[in-house]
Amino acid sequence: MRGSGVLPYRPEVTPLPLPKAGAAGVFGDRLAAILIKGSAFLTILSLILIFVFIGKEALPVLTSAEVQKEAGLAQLFLPQAPHPGADREFTWQPVSEIPKYSLLPLFLGTLKVTIIAVLIAIPLAVGAALYTSEFAPGWAREIIKPCIEVLAGIPSVVIGFFCLMVIAGWLHDAFGWTYRLNALTAGIGLSLAVIPIVYTVAEDAFSCVPQPFREGSLAMGASSWQTAARVVLPAAMPGVLAACVLGFGRAVGETMIVLMASGNAAVLSWSPVDSVRTFSATIAAELGEVVQGSPHYHVLFFLGAFLFLLTFALNLLGRWWVGRLQKKLQGAA
Amino acid sequence: MKRLRLVWVPAAGVLLLFAACGGPGGESAHKPVTVKGSDTMVILSQRWAETYMTENPGVTIQVTGGGSGVGIAALINGGTDICDASRPMKEAEKAQAKERHGQDVEEIPVALDGVAIYVHQSSPIQSISAAQLKGIYTGQITNWRDVGGSEGRIVAYSRENNSGTYVFFKEHVLGNADFAREIQTLPGTAAVVNAVSKDPASIGYGGIAYASGIRTVPVRKDDQSAPVTPSLATVRSGEYPLSRNLFFYTIGSPQGDVKAFIDWVLSQEGQKICEAVGYYPIARR
Repeated sequence: MRGSGVLPYRPEVTPLPLPKAGAAGVFGDRLAAILIKGSAFLTILSLILIFVFIGKEALPVLTSAEVQKEAGLAQLFLPQAPHPGADREFTWQPVSEIPKYSLLPLFLGTLKVTIIAVLIAIPLAVGAALYTSEFAPGWAREIIKPCIEVLAGIPSVVIGFFCLMVIAGWLHDAFGWTYRLNALTAGIGLSLAVIPIVYTVAEDAFSCVPQPFREGSLAMGASSWQTAARVVLPAAMPGVLAACVLGFGRAVGETMIVLMASGNAAVLSWSPVDSVRTFSATIAAELGEVVQGSPHYHVLFFLGAFLFLLTFALNLLGRWWVGRLQKKLQGAA
Repeated sequence: MKRLRLVWVPAAGVLLLFAACGGPGGESAHKPVTVKGSDTMVILSQRWAETYMTENPGVTIQVTGGGSGVGIAALINGGTDICDASRPMKEAEKAQAKERHGQDVEEIPVALDGVAIYVHQSSPIQSISAAQLKGIYTGQITNWRDVGGSEGRIVAYSRENNSGTYVFFKEHVLGNADFAREIQTLPGTAAVVNAVSKDPASIGYGGIAYASGIRTVPVRKDDQSAPVTPSLATVRSGEYPLSRNLFFYTIGSPQGDVKAFIDWVLSQEGQKICEAVGYYPIARR
């Protein structure tokens, strides 16, 4: 824009009258500054406190001999015999004569539902975002955008109930799977919660792509589809990736939808139409009843800590990836 | 300044409102009675509380669910006056409460309940034995053909392991064996009823009060005995194999408002509500 022959704009600056030293105004300013700073630190503090609390309650799994007798690392990660003499297997069955705390079925279940949800949500959400930012006429954008944003405001219990009552019925009638409530049903419900997040962030990323990129591409004779797919999408890639990572994080942690629509059977299988039990649903279902300080209680917090670290690692990975891409794109430009 | 003054008008209004609400409560000096525990008993306790409160204005009874375990934990921690539980308290829990409060826990049976077995309306199953139920829920029986139905996989639904009904079923039907891994668990009896009502191949269990939209299957104690439908007579006589007591628990013998409420629950009027909700009145003591 600069150097186009227009004289640089020099605004006349009139400084705001500063409050006199010692006046009540200075005190007010200081107070406001402290309050704002305080609220920023409060967020960090609460994050740390949550982490410390979860860590403290999860730690006995690693340190307390009493807890380890029933739920040590071997019980959590290695196959166990359900009763003496039986074959060793991975089972989650904490309320039992011999409690079994294998994390593998829960981990697999979480992974299965999350991947299904993300596979459905990301193409739909990114496609919708690309459409609204590149192709849609104004009136269509005015309808689509708020609608998807309203979807973000629907409580997940409601989505879960809708899934249990309606979606599960449709799918069961259409395909006749053995289990009416299964990973796919829950994944579809979960994708409803993930779509708005991915859409909103991806849409922002697309609209941040500078207009000259599009104009240049169109001037070179590219069609608007070619411009969108080969110029706008790559230029917005870091933002789209960030959207995907956020969506993945939401899918991993979402509780009510999977609790209601997945059937919650801790089965070890890769089939998408078997029932699954996820980490978050397990915590929600079992923490209410559990005796405080029992091995079961600490294992549930261990699950929580695991979930926390998982999303934390995912976010870090996403950030690093986005950073790398951004560097590459800027280097190429 | 004018604007500032306007702010005070609603503020004063709110304050007045608080004062108005606080007034009568303070005068009559009734502390709210809290009832917490079994999800199975939430409907029943709620109905008791509503009726009791209309008859005794000034007394407040707060009912919350969460599961028998949650209620018992709250009783031990001093978080509730009355705990309603669909399973008896364990000795260890009673000992914990005594250690904490220095008083024995008072156990008051307030109603009878049968755990009903649900199947889909269209299911051909006419009756089922306790042994067959055990087979289904421990994973030994997986095909409807083996229990007198037509060829097809059994989809069995259970409650989550925080429910008194789950514990009752595990102890009384499975003989404390583990549920099979394939058993699907759902949060709440209503969700189980809903799932069973939608799936012709399914079976589920839960309180009798919830049994609408599905069919309740008569249960045989063993393969030789006659099937018994859950009803007042069969549950009270113990003929129906899957019946149980529902309890109120208090720390020490109940006093004041709590005692008045429990006495009313055990009265003819309170027990009539049991029947209206779908449970059975306890035998007169």
